[in-house]
Amino acid sequence: MSRIAGSSSDVAWMGLRRQWVPVASTLLAALLDTLPIVATTPLVPDFAFLVLIAWRLLRPEIWPAWATLPLGLFNDLVSGHSIGESMVLWTAIFLLLELADSRTGWRDYWIDWLFAAVAILAHGFGGWFIARQMGNRAEFVILLPQLCLSVSAYPLVARMVVGLDRWRLAR
Amino acid sequence: MAPPSARRPGFSRRAQYGRFFGYVIAGAGMLFAVLLLVIAIIDPTGYNALKGAALDATKPITSGGRSVSNFFSGIGGTVGNYFNAGSQNAELKRQLQAARRGTIQARATELENQRLKALLKLAGEGDGEVAVTRVVGSSFDSVHRYATLSVGASSGVQPGMPVRAPDGLVGRVIETGRWAARVLLVSDGASNIPVRLVRDGTSAIAMGDGQGSVELKTLEVGKNPFRRGDVLVTSGVGGVYPPNIPVAIVARIEGDRAFAQPLADPSRADFAMVLRPYQPIADQPLSAETNAALTGTAQ
Repeated sequence: MSRIAGSSSDVAWMGLRRQWVPVASTLLAALLDTLPIVATTPLVPDFAFLVLIAWRLLRPEIWPAWATLPLGLFNDLVSGHSIGESMVLWTAIFLLLELADSRTGWRDYWIDWLFAAVAILAHGFGGWFIARQMGNRAEFVILLPQLCLSVSAYPLVARMVVGLDRWRLAR
Repeated sequence: MAPPSARRPGFSRRAQYGRFFGYVIAGAGMLFAVLLLVIAIIDPTGYNALKGAALDATKPITSGGRSVSNFFSGIGGTVGNYFNAGSQNAELKRQLQAARRGTIQARATELENQRLKALLKLAGEGDGEVAVTRVVGSSFDSVHRYATLSVGASSGVQPGMPVRAPDGLVGRVIETGRWAARVLLVSDGASNIPVRLVRDGTSAIAMGDGQGSVELKTLEVGKNPFRRGDVLVTSGVGGVYPPNIPVAIVARIEGDRAFAQPLADPSRADFAMVLRPYQPIADQPLSAETNAALTGTAQ
């Protein structure tokens, strides 16, 4: 593909790609929840949240503060959580990350991973707490293997998101 | 030097206001989401239409690749079997013995039941199945233990109906779409199933722990009535689950507590049957005559 947009349709396509790749990849990751895996113990990471948090840490400026509300609603509907669960957790975590962004000057790979790990733990705890309010008496401990896997899967997901980002911004 | 913040909108008033309203909308949206959650706590089936539509929309993905998932879940099992052959053999022998005991007991119970039923002319309403289907998916990344079935309201499936596999009880339907339904599995942390010990008829409640097994709670104080290998069946108390469906086998005793393994593994069960609630009438308001009789005795 030429580096210069040859026509207005090329420009439109690039604009579309630039705007919608982050959203579309998050929605696709949410759809992974409908894969025909039948498990009796939580082990598989929540890919939608991983992809979202990777995009957020890579490109803080593309997300308006309310973007997580429709994304969270979609995730709740697809994955069978109580409606509102991802909406409230994702938005809260994004607002906290904004706060963290305004306080920290330097960011590098390890700090991003640390933020992601804290966010993943908070997300798991929040989901467990909401389920608890709804009469589910499962212990938080049963989520720990899944949370560890999620934390260790973050670099991989972040790498994929970086690849997507390069493609998104490519000319 | 630290890099300048990419989020500072500069001196444009318009950009600053836009950002501010973004936060306002986010805050309001969070409050709204909390409200939705509170409504869900008060009325768990309130969003059935919305969630059912989402279930229907994602069903093609879910049911399309079932054979692939069978292959993948098979790999882990095969490798595990190779390493565990010895202990598995001993375990299976022990289970076989337990099963034999259970069968004899079941036969005796069945005879006794027939006799008692004939005596009382009592039979549970709603025998028979509503639909036979496949378990096509599950919630595998959260604390919930839900499974998805490939039938829904168009086949007569409604929330509250029990679901069983050939091996035993799977759970209870909680949400339905037109062509798909979501099931609360026996091992979910919110699932309570009234059960009976096959050996001596002790009543207990099987409460899920969210990671594939159930804890047994009984009213008896002091002695733990359960032994390893004991089989538990539904007791029919409460009127949702029909009696005598196998539920779980006791796997481990820890002092006063007993933990059991559900007999039906939804990831391996080929078919699941949706049954009618055992006594749907139990949920209905009292009839006029009953009300009159009750108020009559109260006066």
